[in-house]
Amino acid sequence: MKIKSFFRWFFFRAKGDSPFQRTVIHLVLIMACIIAVYPALRVFTVSIRPGNRILSTDLAIIPKDATFDSYRIVLFEKDFVRWLWNSLVITMATAAIGLILASTSAYAFSRWRFPGRTALLLFLLTTQMIPAAMLMVPIYILATKLGLINSWRGLVIAYSVSSVPFSIWILKGYYDTIPIELEQSAMIDGASRMQTFLRITLPLTAPALAIAFLFNFMTAWNDYLMARIILQQKEMLVWTLGLRHIQGQFQTQWGQFAAAALMVAVPVMTLFFYSSKWLISGLTLGAVKG
Amino acid sequence: MPSISLPVILASLGQVGSTVLYIALLTAVLEISLYLFFGKLLKHKHTIPIMLLTPAAVGLVLLVIYPILYEVALAFSNMSLRHFQNPTYGIIQGVNNFRTIFSQPVLKQANFFPIFLRTILWTVIQITCHVTFGLGLALLLNRKMVLRGLYRTLLIIPWAVPQVVATLAWRGEFNFEYGFINIFLRDLGLKPIQWKLHPFWNFVAVNITNIWLGIPFMMVILLGGLQSISHTYYEAADMDGAGPFSKFKNITLPLLKPIMTPAVVLGVIWTFNNFNVPYFINEYELETSDILVTALFRAAFEYNRFGFAAAFAFIIFFILLGFTLLYMKITKFDPGLEATRKKAA
Repeated sequence: MKIKSFFRWFFFRAKGDSPFQRTVIHLVLIMACIIAVYPALRVFTVSIRPGNRILSTDLAIIPKDATFDSYRIVLFEKDFVRWLWNSLVITMATAAIGLILASTSAYAFSRWRFPGRTALLLFLLTTQMIPAAMLMVPIYILATKLGLINSWRGLVIAYSVSSVPFSIWILKGYYDTIPIELEQSAMIDGASRMQTFLRITLPLTAPALAIAFLFNFMTAWNDYLMARIILQQKEMLVWTLGLRHIQGQFQTQWGQFAAAALMVAVPVMTLFFYSSKWLISGLTLGAVKG
Repeated sequence: MPSISLPVILASLGQVGSTVLYIALLTAVLEISLYLFFGKLLKHKHTIPIMLLTPAAVGLVLLVIYPILYEVALAFSNMSLRHFQNPTYGIIQGVNNFRTIFSQPVLKQANFFPIFLRTILWTVIQITCHVTFGLGLALLLNRKMVLRGLYRTLLIIPWAVPQVVATLAWRGEFNFEYGFINIFLRDLGLKPIQWKLHPFWNFVAVNITNIWLGIPFMMVILLGGLQSISHTYYEAADMDGAGPFSKFKNITLPLLKPIMTPAVVLGVIWTFNNFNVPYFINEYELETSDILVTALFRAAFEYNRFGFAAAFAFIIFFILLGFTLLYMKITKFDPGLEATRKKAA
């Protein structure tokens, strides 16, 4: 194949690829898919191995003597469900707090022109640049001094604002697209500012609110670092710490780790695929439209 | 016995619920006093935006600005496990901290500059691979073909798996005896690799894991960008007799830039600050696999040198800030503020 036709073939949405080109494209994509999926599939394989063959060099995807023993152990004999529950409660609470904080502030940024507005928006953008690892030392020491170590209270407070700046940017962009005339006509009809916001604007923003909530939720749900610093007692752990704890005893508990990992990952992945369109449009909305 | 029971459920609900309640109460008090002060007393025209902004502002001040100021103080102190209750603050301690970073080992043996260079190498490798493979796959997926949706879904899987789960799974797969890579190598008649003990291979392992994790994000963002490019550009270029390479260079890349620039900036910041991957894959804590962020974590929480770690954190922050400003200047990237400024004017 000549270089030139290779480029045409590779870089453009050619109207008609030849059968040979199609074959090559599909082969490349199939290879890429195998690389993407195989490590995840391995977790499933290990999770259904029987206990006495957890450590095996067998590569079959479904082992001959498949069993759900690991799942039973993780669900009924370990602290796993408890860790998941802790995570769920903390994450829901913080995502809700974060959403309320962000939705009100974003509304102010979108509808009013007050002194210092641009500076504040720029400041929000800068906070995104601060590495989480940078804040961990002061937050750890402050939490120690305030007695918030080993409490979910500390974690809820720490998580609640972590994704607020990002949510404000997304929501502000979305509020900007809602015509102001809609609110003005409601106010002419006698609605108060508060009523207009709650009854007219918020319902119209529902898709963006969903993105922001999901983003808050995912940030807190997948966090390891902050939880690692604040929580130390075994019963209080969130799932990320718990999973690390199980994985630490690799030699004996690989199957249990795999079962637990799969049980966390599948709901999150479902949620992710269900919402990925929104998430991606939200990411580019904030970056492109501003 | 399942580990969950009614008392457990109630305990967590109680603690989290009461926290939420406290926050709500404080917010209500704050809002009422703002309303009385600005609305009733001053009759300020921006009363409502002030009321809307204050809760988030208070949260950010308490959890971002105050910790940063406190960290400045810590950087100028000798706080460590020994001096936890009674640290000394002062210029001397600060100068000492900053001097120590560059003159003595940051961890047990590793010095600052090797770790810094490794972090840059790590970021360059990652971004290059993410953009190259991400763009390649996006270009392939941006064609009319059967099974496109299925390929796209399967290729996104590494992004969809929670990062902690994926990283810990990879950590298992780098096991010498039972990890699948070494099993493949053995089946092919090659020598298996000591992924966890050999410094070079451990760094390779960290890189493999993160390349696997990071490609889908770039791919999806770039695919979105490719799909927004109108066909008419290519048709016009065809009329002018432009070759494929010049079309790629003169149409695809420039039109992709507004999407690619923020994605690359974000990618660099995330990679530079990536904690989970280098920390988890490096099971035996080889200092030869540490990047700046994991070194910072170890300095603070394994060696308990808090004052030193605070100073270290600032160095990392300024490196990142410098990079971002430079990049924005080179690519003339404007984070959407132009439009806001125009509207506000």
